[in-house]
Amino acid sequence: MGNKILVFIEQRDGHIKKSSFEAAKTASEMAAKTGAEVEALLFGSSVEGMEKLGGYGVKKVFFYKNAELDLYSTKTYTELTSKQITDSGAGIVLFANTAMGKDLAPRVAARTDSALGMDVVAYVYDGNDLSVTRPVFAGKALMDLKLTGAVKILTLRPNVFAAGAASADNAEVAVIETASVDSSVKVAEVKKSDEKLDVAEADIIVSGGRGVKGPEHFHLVEELAALLGAATGASRAVVDAGWRPHGEQVGQTGKTVSPTLYIALGISGAIQHLAGMRSSKYIVAINKDKDAPIFQVADYGITGDLFEVVPALIEEIKKVKAH
Amino acid sequence: MKIAVCVSHVPDTAAKINIGADGKTIDPNGVTYVVNPYDEFAIEEALKTKEAAGGEVIAISLGGEANKETIRKALAMGVDSAVLLKDDNYRDSLSVAKALAEEIKAQNAELVFFGKQSVDFDNSVVGQMTAELLNYNCVSVVVSFKLEGNKITAEREIEGGKEVVETSLPAIITAQKGLNEPRYASLKGIMAAKKKTIEEKPAAAAENKVEVLGLKKPAAKQAGKIIGSDATAVPELVRLLKEEAKVI
Repeated sequence: MGNKILVFIEQRDGHIKKSSFEAAKTASEMAAKTGAEVEALLFGSSVEGMEKLGGYGVKKVFFYKNAELDLYSTKTYTELTSKQITDSGAGIVLFANTAMGKDLAPRVAARTDSALGMDVVAYVYDGNDLSVTRPVFAGKALMDLKLTGAVKILTLRPNVFAAGAASADNAEVAVIETASVDSSVKVAEVKKSDEKLDVAEADIIVSGGRGVKGPEHFHLVEELAALLGAATGASRAVVDAGWRPHGEQVGQTGKTVSPTLYIALGISGAIQHLAGMRSSKYIVAINKDKDAPIFQVADYGITGDLFEVVPALIEEIKKVKAH
Repeated sequence: MKIAVCVSHVPDTAAKINIGADGKTIDPNGVTYVVNPYDEFAIEEALKTKEAAGGEVIAISLGGEANKETIRKALAMGVDSAVLLKDDNYRDSLSVAKALAEEIKAQNAELVFFGKQSVDFDNSVVGQMTAELLNYNCVSVVVSFKLEGNKITAEREIEGGKEVVETSLPAIITAQKGLNEPRYASLKGIMAAKKKTIEEKPAAAAENKVEVLGLKKPAAKQAGKIIGSDATAVPELVRLLKEEAKVI
């Protein structure tokens, strides 16, 4: 008992998400402490490259197969994940802290009466005791928690744990034809937004604030974002003013993000905004006000007019990319 | 129909967070507490649903005496009655969900709104856990909600889009920003709230499986470089991004 670590693998449109590879890799690092085996489970009808999870340390993949499971089914996913935990005797279960992971992990924790640590950014595991660190107050503080009980469930913040390079190992894939799907809560349709990238998942984010001076000037933010393959973000002020959709809001009542690069344009850096983006690896701030709090967290700052600096930046990046 | 809305009392998002003397909780000095922002969307949706479908709305809150301030705000917005499940001690999310589930069951509420998360511990789990414990249908992180008879159509936010979810009562809905525009309490509402009673009872006991070891401030970020004050600084910025940060 307890000598298995289970990792939930999320697929969208038949592709395994990057954050699931991060979870698989983390599971295998934990498993190395005790010699436990890592098993994975996923749902759908056709998923590309499941055996490649072996490259991140997964021994066996349980693939619950049914076309009705291509889209998220909160009830059946909960039922089958909980059953898999009980049947395998897994002591630790990992999810990525995505929209799906955030809905599913708490349900599974309630179903199996387990300890739950959400949005984990660090852990300490000696093979027996497991404690985790997670941001609270949108990152204004960090809380250390000890999880107790037979089963410990974690969701890992995306982009924090590196998946690294895959080895050539392949995982064994067990296909379980799944007949009954509970459709009492049914995803009838997925409406994709026009935005190609979501701030919650992006590796680079270009955000605009009040300094952009109006929705009609956001093409500057968008152009720089497109050039860098970045998502567009926004401050609460501009979302509340109706300039940008709330899905783009970064900060305490928006999304908390940790991209590799965060570029803040005309954002002064209210405390709730800084809380949501301060864990970004590199922060660039462009703002006219040299006293703006954003410069206290920025790695690189330009205290100038964004309407002059950003067009120059776009040209310079184009030049560098052309080389 | 009986509609419940679960509300929590949290530090304002503008508050600066300092660590308390015990090293496990925040220092409450100088911190203003408010209705959890996401719970305001939940309250509004509960009231709108009552206005359209009839019934009554009850607010449920778990915590200490101070939570009454948040409950009064909900009552002033138009909630009919309230229950405070008293507990001054730390509870993990599952133990909160167990106490709330028990009260929702006792109240026989068919439709329950939560904020999608409290902006203190940011777990975003109590609604889903409560649904699981009650065997209610659940849609989390909802930006659009429609109730027709017994049938619910809700849209929930996911990465890069929305899921359109069809379900039915009894159900728990967790509210995301964008669901509605919360109303302001009217003067009449505030006066009426003073006359409404808040029922108090001890929160049902439940064991914690998650123990707080400590709370700390994140490592201060090192002061960055100011590269310049106009467009002439751009080549240096791009060089740093390319050579030092290696991000472009």
